[in-house]
Amino acid sequence: MNEIGEYIISLSNVDKYFGTNHVIQNFHLNVRQGEFLTLLGPSGCGKTTILRMIAGFEDSSGGTIRVQGERVEDKEAFERDVNTVFQSYALFPHMTVFDNIAYGLSVKKVPKSEIKERVKEMLELVQLMGFEGRKPAMMSGGQKQRVAIARALINRPKVLLLDEPLGALDLKLRKQMQIELKRLQKKLNITFIYVTHDQEEAMTMSDRIAVMNGGVLEQLDTPDQIYKHPKTKFVADFIGESNLFDGIAKPAESISAHMENGTIQKEFTVLTASGIFPLVQNVTEESCSVTKEPLDSGSGLPLTVCVRPEVMKYSKCPVEGFSLSGVIKNVIFVGSQYRSLIVMDNGYEVRVNRIKPDQTVSEGERVFLFWDLEDASCIFQRKEG
Amino acid sequence: MASRKRKQKRMLFKSLSNLYAVLVYGFLYAPIAVMMVFSFNDQKVNYYWNGFTLKWYVKLFTDSSIVEYLWNSLFIAGMATLGSVVIGTIGAVGLIRFEFRLKKLVNHSLYIPIVIPEIVLGLSLLLLFEVIRLPLGFTAIILSHITFCVPFVIIIMRGRLSGMDLSVEEASMDLGANRMVTFFRVTLPMLVPGIMSGAFMSFTLSIDDVIISNFVSGPYSTTFPVKILSLVKTGLSPEVNALTTIMIAVILLGLLINSTVQAFIRKRFLTHIKSYF
Ligand SMILES: Nc1ncnc2c1ncn2[C@@H]1O[C@H](COP(=O)(O)OP(=O)(O)OP(=O)(O)O)[C@@H](O)[C@H]1O
Ligand SMILES: [Mg+2]
Repeated sequence: MNEIGEYIISLSNVDKYFGTNHVIQNFHLNVRQGEFLTLLGPSGCGKTTILRMIAGFEDSSGGTIRVQGERVEDKEAFERDVNTVFQSYALFPHMTVFDNIAYGLSVKKVPKSEIKERVKEMLELVQLMGFEGRKPAMMSGGQKQRVAIARALINRPKVLLLDEPLGALDLKLRKQMQIELKRLQKKLNITFIYVTHDQEEAMTMSDRIAVMNGGVLEQLDTPDQIYKHPKTKFVADFIGESNLFDGIAKPAESISAHMENGTIQKEFTVLTASGIFPLVQNVTEESCSVTKEPLDSGSGLPLTVCVRPEVMKYSKCPVEGFSLSGVIKNVIFVGSQYRSLIVMDNGYEVRVNRIKPDQTVSEGERVFLFWDLEDASCIFQRKEG
Repeated sequence: MASRKRKQKRMLFKSLSNLYAVLVYGFLYAPIAVMMVFSFNDQKVNYYWNGFTLKWYVKLFTDSSIVEYLWNSLFIAGMATLGSVVIGTIGAVGLIRFEFRLKKLVNHSLYIPIVIPEIVLGLSLLLLFEVIRLPLGFTAIILSHITFCVPFVIIIMRGRLSGMDLSVEEASMDLGANRMVTFFRVTLPMLVPGIMSGAFMSFTLSIDDVIISNFVSGPYSTTFPVKILSLVKTGLSPEVNALTTIMIAVILLGLLINSTVQAFIRKRFLTHIKSYF
């Protein structure tokens, strides 16, 4: 109990069915006070549903939802200490900007003079002084967005839920609002749970990212960890660009150095359909149990190795330990970098990104792939059951 | 030249369609025009024109009981409108917002009062009032009018509600307003245009109704259209022409006001309001 109390929002074992459609499956999520946490995932994976269950617009089918350690399943939306910024803004069209922002306070019967004061404060915060008398219909997308944020923030919520708040804005305005939102969040020290489709947005703004797929939480980590050490194949594939090699890791006879704190640095040889390459991995007792396979089993461990296009290297002659070769299919300029597509002998296409074009090789030439061993991350395939 | 031929063809088509429009409108409005003209005719029996007069209008307002029936009708229409708008709005909100068993049945049964012959509805209402011993008269007429107006109001309001962004209500609850406060401060104001079109519809239907009112009006209290119908049987007086002319003028004025109000509302709310009909 005590442990759960530390988190401002805590979901455990949450399930949600729409009819027979199992939309959220056994979901766990703990959010810390003052954190900027982003839910990221493909369309229809249940991000909005999670927010709506926290806000109280949707009942969960099972599990517990806690806000500040207190269970809220039986509380109505208007009794919960969280506020929402809707994707469609959901401003009241028949009220002025002032009345929109004042709504939460006037419902709570706060004295008029205080309302006036606090609305003014909010207008300053979101830089909309002078817009009090306007109707929402007469404002731009970005301005409406800021009214929506001010309207939610005036209640001084512990947690603000934002469902793709910048989805409808153009790129430039979006970047500007990203900075503004982050500034507000830091300044007011409010916990944000943020939903977005935009990976870059998630990466730059979040303290932690929860990657979801099909109603399941795939990984919850810092942006840096998510990118460098994806825990599942889905995350590796979904976040950024990646080259994935499915294969079997066999322990190499030679070195396995013991490091401090109980981890073992082990060397493997990975056999894949595209070729063979070495892998060095720090194995803990934990990751052994994930695979449910003794480390030195003769059959080897099924796994996926992820190598990002920007760390993938190639040369014209074979590199020791690697036997991955392919033919350069084409090199295209994609705006900020040059992307080479290399077709492996089994047909798998490997992407290599470079800032500058490589003059030493030409299309149609055979090259040998390799990488620095620490640049590869590996995902042990979880055994079902 | 080909182009001249095409031009001629187009001209022909255009004049044909103009003729068509003239015929249709003539057919629609000629009777009304004749009646309006005869309301100024200085002649008791309307077969020929005998010179301009306003005496029927004067007579109408000095010593005719017909105006009294008009007031009856207006009163009844007002009450029926009020009743059906309140019932219809609440009903539509319920039908859109809540899931319950038999919802489909309720939705479909809405159309029954609209599609069954009025004569059947009138007869069954008469029977019902007799069974529950409700005396025929104003109350009975108002209740009957509410009966056939409510489905129209519900259908209009349902259309409006289903087009409304639900997240606005969620936003209100999110900001701490309970369901009651949300309804009165957010939902209802946004429904005003729908309520107005429902009211307009009910009022028109009620003023217009003859058949059902005829069944339930009883001997002493009756509505304006029912009275006129009974007058026709005993010989129409020109005052009736005068009165109906006034009514048409009033209706035209009403339409004008309606569209002005609409334009005003559209200007104020801008985004989410479509026209009433
Ligand atoms: N009211 C509802 N009734 C039935 N199914 C629903 C309902 N709302 C959502 N769903 C289903 O639940 C799943 C998750 O929906 P949700 O809106 O949470 O997705 P999302 O991750 O927010 O997607 P997006 O990124 O497109 O907004 C979808 O498969 C959707 O079809
Ligand atoms: Mg969504």
